[in-house]
Amino acid sequence: MDIKSYLESQAREIRKQTMDCIATLGIGHIGGSLSIADIIAVLYFDQMHIDPKNPNLADRDRFVLSKGHGGPAVYSALALKGYFPMELLKTLNLPNTNLPSHTDKNKTIGIDMTTGSLGQGFSASVGMATSVQMDKADFYVYSIIGDGESQEGQIWEAAMFAGNRKLDHLIAFTDYNKMQIDGEVKEINDVSPLDKKWEAFNWHVQVIDGHDVIAIRDAILEAKNTKGKPSMIICNTIKAKGCDIYEGKASSHNAPFTKEMSQKAIERLG
Amino acid sequence: MILHNRDMRDIYVDLLIHYAKIHPELVIVEADLSKALKTTEFAKVYPERVINVGVAEANMIGVAAGLSNMGKLPFTHTFTPFATRRVFDQVMLSVAYAKLNVKMVGSDPGILAEINGGTHMSLEDVGIMRNIPTMTIFEPVDGVQLAAMFPQIIKHYGPVYIRLARKDFASIFADDQAFELGKATPVIEGTDVSIFATGIMVKEAMDAQKTLMEKGISASVINIHTVKPIDAEAIIKEARKTGAVVTAENHSIINGLGSAVAEVLGENCPTVMERVGTKDHFGEVGMKDFLMEKFGLMAHNIVDAVLRVLDKKNNTK
Repeated sequence: MDIKSYLESQAREIRKQTMDCIATLGIGHIGGSLSIADIIAVLYFDQMHIDPKNPNLADRDRFVLSKGHGGPAVYSALALKGYFPMELLKTLNLPNTNLPSHTDKNKTIGIDMTTGSLGQGFSASVGMATSVQMDKADFYVYSIIGDGESQEGQIWEAAMFAGNRKLDHLIAFTDYNKMQIDGEVKEINDVSPLDKKWEAFNWHVQVIDGHDVIAIRDAILEAKNTKGKPSMIICNTIKAKGCDIYEGKASSHNAPFTKEMSQKAIERLG
Repeated sequence: MILHNRDMRDIYVDLLIHYAKIHPELVIVEADLSKALKTTEFAKVYPERVINVGVAEANMIGVAAGLSNMGKLPFTHTFTPFATRRVFDQVMLSVAYAKLNVKMVGSDPGILAEINGGTHMSLEDVGIMRNIPTMTIFEPVDGVQLAAMFPQIIKHYGPVYIRLARKDFASIFADDQAFELGKATPVIEGTDVSIFATGIMVKEAMDAQKTLMEKGISASVINIHTVKPIDAEAIIKEARKTGAVVTAENHSIINGLGSAVAEVLGENCPTVMERVGTKDHFGEVGMKDFLMEKFGLMAHNIVDAVLRVLDKKNNTK
């Protein structure tokens, strides 16, 4: 199988598992989990230096999901990688679960930072990349932020510092799905032009189709080859991508999602 | 290391430099106030271990959390209001909830903000930090105590809020005095009333004790340097002995030391008490002496509180 087909199949599997685990409880963050599935697939199945058998490897790459509500997509990738049994995915948000809505490093094996209050995870990833730089280490810190999250002031505090500090082992993605809880980002408090903003903060900026696994892979490779600047990969995405009843809809942020809805959506994914 | 007749910040920075030698993971994170606390001296010795994020306290805490997540031991520095109320959510989640190990220093607590005035005067910071599970809150009385506690703070894994006066302080303790984080330190033994004091109020409590002695009243003075976790055992023991309690703090009487002591007593051995501290009001500009008088933080205010609490004690017999 070529790399494109391989990564697409992993992304499809992440989407299926994500929908399946959210459907167990019948409600969840379906939109923002599905929009990042392709980025997660490329990171976990191709680009990140990680070892599920040795999850605390000192020089592993780190991943911080600053938009912590996309947890189900990351849990699906971790389970598929073998960090924990697939059955565990069905415990999402159930009492005493190790898989809470928002990623929590103290609950889930393979999660590198506790996130959920928007803006904070990104700031922590900047601190982690600062540590990499201080230690002259050679691994990467990856972080995904949301477009709605980009309305948080802390994102720009962290962005300014990372740019000035030339944190070139920090590779960030914006999940630019254009939707937030209350509606369209551009109607509520527009974050555009995102590329110009990040460039002005001294970041290396790429704008890509966030559902094109090869474009994501190439962008990461270019980011790794960029010295002296942190990288922002702005990914144009569709909220709830792959789940046609919710695709592109703000209402998919935290939405009812029954087993029937899940089965139909999974069948359509093929 | 000289622990007397110096500014507290000079001792603090000496300690930072000293322990940085032993702990290569120790780093400092600044938000444009390194000149205020003179961590600039640390920067002269360990420039590569200083991270200054500029005027961005939320990011300072986030970056510190990230550094801790990679095994570093970050100390953050800013004024008390910006170390607490401004970054409550960051401290709560990125540090405490994430179980990371960040030591947060707030300087110029309470009325020590002096002419920085109401905006910079935190009379609520202990209350804010007391709300956070796993938080340790430490307020040193003098240089000896700060120096003795420093290695314990480093050894303790978890968030610690250090409420630090910047300038001169009254030397209270002998150089060989032992202290334990989380354990009250008895200062003076007494039998009629127990005065629990923290920070700059320990000196006031000791002055009050002398005045009370002249009136034939025997007062204990106990230093609660760790407001959280509070030493409930010591408080209960004292209250059972004297049957009357006064608290004294450079902080609002709401949610600080006075509240913490009242909670312990209310649940374990209800005891008449009085709280000396600022009442339910904001701060304002002024020098220390003026503000202590205006806000009722002087030794004579403690004496008055003791007389009131002893009245209550006699009336409930």
